Amino acid sequence: MKANRMNHKLIKQIISIFKIKKAAFGAIVILFFILVAILAPLIAPYSPSEMVSLPVQPPSWSHLFGTNTYGQDLFSRVVWGARLSLLVGVECGIITSIFSLIIGLSAGYFGGIIDDILTTITNIFLIIPGLPLIIVIAAYIAVKGVTPIVFVISITGWAWGARVFRSQMMTLRNRDFVKAAVVLGEHPIRIIFFEIFPNMLSLVAANFFGTMLYAVLTEASLEFIGLGNVNVVTWGTILYWAQNNQALMLGAWWWFIIPGLCIALLGVSLAMVNFAIDEITNPRLKRA
Amino acid sequence: MKYLIRKIMFLLLTIWAALTINFILPRLMPGNPAEVMVAKFRGKITPQAMNALKIAFGIDVHQNIFVQYFRYIQNTMKGNFGISITYFPMPVKSMLAQSIPWTLGLVGTSTIIAFTLGTLLGIKSAWKRNNFLADMSVPIGLFLKSIPYFWLALLFLYLFSFKLSWFPLAGGSSGKFIGFKEVLDILYHSILPAFTIVVAASGGWILTMRNNMISVLSEDYITFAAAKGLKEKEIMYKYGARNAILPNMTGFAMALGFIIGGSLLTEMVFSYPGVGYILYQAVESLDYPLMQAIFLFISLAVLVANFLADVTYVLLDPRVRSGGKE
Repeated sequence: MKANRMNHKLIKQIISIFKIKKAAFGAIVILFFILVAILAPLIAPYSPSEMVSLPVQPPSWSHLFGTNTYGQDLFSRVVWGARLSLLVGVECGIITSIFSLIIGLSAGYFGGIIDDILTTITNIFLIIPGLPLIIVIAAYIAVKGVTPIVFVISITGWAWGARVFRSQMMTLRNRDFVKAAVVLGEHPIRIIFFEIFPNMLSLVAANFFGTMLYAVLTEASLEFIGLGNVNVVTWGTILYWAQNNQALMLGAWWWFIIPGLCIALLGVSLAMVNFAIDEITNPRLKRA
Repeated sequence: MKYLIRKIMFLLLTIWAALTINFILPRLMPGNPAEVMVAKFRGKITPQAMNALKIAFGIDVHQNIFVQYFRYIQNTMKGNFGISITYFPMPVKSMLAQSIPWTLGLVGTSTIIAFTLGTLLGIKSAWKRNNFLADMSVPIGLFLKSIPYFWLALLFLYLFSFKLSWFPLAGGSSGKFIGFKEVLDILYHSILPAFTIVVAASGGWILTMRNNMISVLSEDYITFAAAKGLKEKEIMYKYGARNAILPNMTGFAMALGFIIGGSLLTEMVFSYPGVGYILYQAVESLDYPLMQAIFLFISLAVLVANFLADVTYVLLDPRVRSGGKE
C-alpha cells in the first residue's frame, strides 16, 4: 500500500517534470543523444576511424559535418563519440551519487564523532580546487583511458552531494516515522535505506543530473588537454585532435564547433532537468 | 572568537591535506611514473638537487616514509619545489613567479568585471519580472554555466581573431614594444581572453544573485518600504540588493581565490603566458615538479581566500558572530 502510493507520487512527479517546458526540452535532448549513442552503428555512414574522403572538407551532403585532416568523416565520429561521452557522464553520475549518499547519509544519521570526521573530510574535498587536482592525478595515471577518467572525476566530485544529503538526512532524522522505526528496534541500515532514503529521491535525482553535467564538462576538458586516451572517439578527443592539428588556423570551423556544440547541448539539457527537479521540489523557486 | 579559531584550525587542516595529497600521489601510482622523469635529470643536476627530487617523488629513497615526509615538508616550506623539466634548468619557483602576474592581471580583472556585471543583471532581473531582460537572464545564465568554457574560448578565437582579425591569435604580448606602448600591447592581447572569462563567469553570478534577491524581496520589510512610499531605486538597492548580496560576498571572496586556478583552459586556448598555460606544458611533458607546485599554489590561494571569506562574513553578518554556527 505504502509502496504503491509512493510509486504513484513518483509517476506524478515525473509527469510534472515534462509539464515544465525547460525540462521537457532537456529530457528530449538527453533521450535523443541516448538514442544516437545506442544506434550509432546504424546511424553512422562510415567507420569513425577510417580515411574515407579528402582531408579537411567542409560539410556537404556526402559528409554532413565535413572531414578532418585524416580524411575521417566527422559526422560518424560525432555519432560514435556520443557513446563514450554519455557513458562517462552516466557512470560518474551513478558512482559519485553512491559515494555522496553513503558519506552524507551516515554523517547525517549517526551524528556525533562520525559526523564530525565525515563532515571534515567532505569540507576538505569541497574546498580543494577540483580541476587542478584532477589534472595532476590524471597526469600520474600511466594507462590513459575512459576508466581512469571516471575514477578521477568520481573520487573528487562527491563532496557537494554529500553535503546536500547530510543536511536533508538531518531534517528527516527527527521526523516521527524515523523515531518510531528506531523505537521498534529496526536496523540502522534498514532505516536509512528503506525508511528515509525513499523520501529524498527527488534530491538524489537532481544531484545525479548535476553531477552528470559536471562529469561531462570535466571529461571534455581532460580529453581536450590530452589526458584521456586520445585514440578513442569521444566529443572531447575530437576537440583534442582539432586543437592539435590547428583546425582553427585551417579555418576548419566544423571540426571544433560541432562536437563542442553537442557537449554544450547535452550540458544545457542536464542543467535544465536538474533545475526543473529543484523547482518542483522547492516551491519557493517556482513562484519566482 | 571561537568561530575564528575554528576557521583557523580548518585552514591549517586543509593546507596540510593539500600538502599531503601532493606527497602521497606519486607514491600511490603503480610503477611510479615520476621515475622516468627523474631519470631524465641524471647527470644534469647537482647531487643535492637530485636527492631533493627523489625525496619529493619517493624514488629509490631508502629512508623511512616519515623521514621522507618530513624532508618534503621542509623543502616545500623553504619554497624549494625543484627544477622544471619543460624549462630546464629553470627552478619551478621562478616559473611560477613569471606566470602568476599574467594570470593575476588577466583573470583578476575579469573576475571583478564578471562579478559586478552578473550581480547587477541578477538584481535587475529579480526586480523586474515579465521583462525581456529578466526573462532571458535565467536561460542565458543557465546556458553559460553548462557549456564547456574552453569551447567558448575556441569559438571567440575563431570568430574575432581568425575571421575578423580584430585581436591577436595567441600570447600575452608581441614583445616588440617597450614602455607605454608595451602596456597598450599587453592590454590589447588581454581583451579577448578577458571577454571570454567575463562571458563564461557572469552566468553563475546572475543566477545566484537573482535567487538571493527574489527571496529577500519577499520579506516583509520590503513591502513595508514600498508602503512607506520610498523610491523604487532606493528599495531595490538599499533594501533589497544590500541584503541579497551578503551570501554573494562570500562567493566573491572565494572567486578571488580561484583567480589563479579558475581559467586554466582559457589560458591554454589563448596561449596566454599565465599559470594555466605552463600547467598545460607541464602536463604535455610530464613535468611533475612544475605540475605539483602549481597545484599547491592554486590550492593555497583557494584555501586562504576561503578563510578570508569566512572572516568577512563575520564582519558583514552579525548573526554568525553571536550564533557561532555555520
